[in-house]
Amino acid sequence: MSEKKLMKGNEAIAEAAVRGGCRYYFGYPITPQNEIPEYMSWRLPEVGGVFIQAESEISAINMVYGAAGAGGRSMTSSSSPGVSLKQEGISYICGAELPCVIINMVRGGPGLGGIQPAQSDYFQAVKGGGHGDYKMLVYGPATVQEAVDIVYGAFDKAEQYRLPVMILGDGMLGQIMEAVTLPEMRKPGDIKVPEWATVGTHTGADRKIINSLYIEPDVLEALNRTLYARYAAMSEAETMVEEYRVSDAEVIITAYGTVARIAKSTVDILRAAGVKAGLIRPITLYPFPSATYRAAAKKRSVKEFITVELSMGQMVEDVRLAVNGKKPVKFYGRSGGNVMTPEDIARFVTEGK
Amino acid sequence: MSVVYKKSKLLTDTPFHYCPGCAHGIAHKLVAETLEELGQEGNVIGIAPVGCAVFAYNYFNCDMQQAAHGRAPAVATGVKSVYPDKTVFAYQGDGDLASIGMAEIVHAAARGTNITVVFINNAIYGMTGGQMAPTTLEGQKSTTCVYGRKPEINGSPIKVAELLATLDGPSYIARCALDTVKNIRAAKAAVKKAFQNQLDGKGFSLVELLSSCPTNWHMSPLEAMKFVGGEMTKIYPLGVFKNID
Amino acid sequence: MVEFNKQLCKGCSLCTESCPKKILQISKTEINDKGYYVAECVNQQACISCAFCAIICPDSVVTVIK
Repeated sequence: MSEKKLMKGNEAIAEAAVRGGCRYYFGYPITPQNEIPEYMSWRLPEVGGVFIQAESEISAINMVYGAAGAGGRSMTSSSSPGVSLKQEGISYICGAELPCVIINMVRGGPGLGGIQPAQSDYFQAVKGGGHGDYKMLVYGPATVQEAVDIVYGAFDKAEQYRLPVMILGDGMLGQIMEAVTLPEMRKPGDIKVPEWATVGTHTGADRKIINSLYIEPDVLEALNRTLYARYAAMSEAETMVEEYRVSDAEVIITAYGTVARIAKSTVDILRAAGVKAGLIRPITLYPFPSATYRAAAKKRSVKEFITVELSMGQMVEDVRLAVNGKKPVKFYGRSGGNVMTPEDIARFVTEGK
Repeated sequence: MSVVYKKSKLLTDTPFHYCPGCAHGIAHKLVAETLEELGQEGNVIGIAPVGCAVFAYNYFNCDMQQAAHGRAPAVATGVKSVYPDKTVFAYQGDGDLASIGMAEIVHAAARGTNITVVFINNAIYGMTGGQMAPTTLEGQKSTTCVYGRKPEINGSPIKVAELLATLDGPSYIARCALDTVKNIRAAKAAVKKAFQNQLDGKGFSLVELLSSCPTNWHMSPLEAMKFVGGEMTKIYPLGVFKNID
Repeated sequence: MVEFNKQLCKGCSLCTESCPKKILQISKTEINDKGYYVAECVNQQACISCAFCAIICPDSVVTVIK
């Protein structure tokens, strides 16, 4: 039965993964996501799963490749620098059409950067940080509960679309403790091993091959087209967005993840001060909810959009693409691990700085 | 009339793409014959590397995964995590294992992961056209050390078998050569021992197989085999370097 | 007695070198579909079915029968 607990974000996410059917986790220490491997190290053995601390994030993502290719529900987690190391592996996983779950608790960058929260891996996550044309299903949860619910269902989504599901969190989401309702443990019986998995029993014509090498251009192009048809279908079915007080809004603030919670407070502050503000909060970062922005941009009442991020401006480009010049799209951000306050955003909205 | 020798069932019907006289083909036969003799047909998952053997997933008659360059031991570890009772092997060349994948092989060995690694040491990068490998011999020419490998510029050959044998994790580590029928038979015994260790749950096993690369050594197949036996064995002595009982 | 699957042969001559009876050679006339001169046995009666040729062959060309 589901239960309500006060849990740290990282640990709640790990538990949600286990309850969602994850039995294979391969990770590596890096702040601010260390509680995930720590939690998995004792929790997975309890449920007959396997935890391995790999020698690097590169090795970890390739262990995910192997376990996922064998049909096991597999996950890894890391933070920005570590996720950069995983990019080649992620490209291979997409090229081999393998499902898995990847958690990125983003921290300030570039380089070694800092360990405070950031959102500066947005491009890497949604545009693809590895080589070749590929996409992941990328979520930006704002609360620990939302992260738990998304991760719990992430393995089903990953298997449905045969690709990695990435949770783009940040240091705050990982470290804050919130009350969460934990869903029930998925019964092993209702998780089927995919038919394409290398379970080791096949020979001859029905051998299973996990591979991303396609030496003939036509064959590789066909694969690319297959993947993109799948992404299109995913966009239709999986796009998630929250709108808050937008119906009569004149200025639309848009943000994702924990920053969206801050922006929501700003909306209330501004409304109290007589400014008609609203919030658009993408929950899926890929597929991006462009239609929501297009619709808002058409409304005469909407004067401008203000994108708020913990970066030097990344999602703002997708907002501009969606709004397509119909209305001005401004950007307000902090970086380096600094986090703005609701009042900071309110001041930017009213004073432009 | 009885058949004394025929192609193993653990090889598919796909002809090998390897160059004439390339020892990869011999190594493939040893792996396939051993798995067949150990009754592992339908109980095996193989991992192909990046390099000349990247197409091994077309040749071994079992479920296969093709790993990113250097990552086969990690992929094999992932597979073995899901199916501890299945036989899992990683087949790698020297560029794949001893260069980009050194951390992966060392840690898979250190963890004692119960997989078998078949390591082809032909002292060169074959698929990409003959560049220097970590195992290229001193003085040996390659397209990236055209005057011959000089330790002071290009470093010295890495002896993988000895290196891994210093770790506690491995249960069996041997080095053999594929240059003569006698050595090939000894190599097969070593490969069989390595797989037997996996079946017995003894942990990580690896066999390093000194191999020829006629094309990139600019030698005939026969000359290349003589180079393996004559020159390579001087730097890479044959033998068993780890063998827990 | 040895049988050669000539289409798989690449004429690498490792077998001709390893045959203790020296009854294998690379044909000077017969070419397979890939354009290789293929290995052939010139004296099947002298074959002792030791399988040396089959063991060293990289391409599983040889089947040995006793």
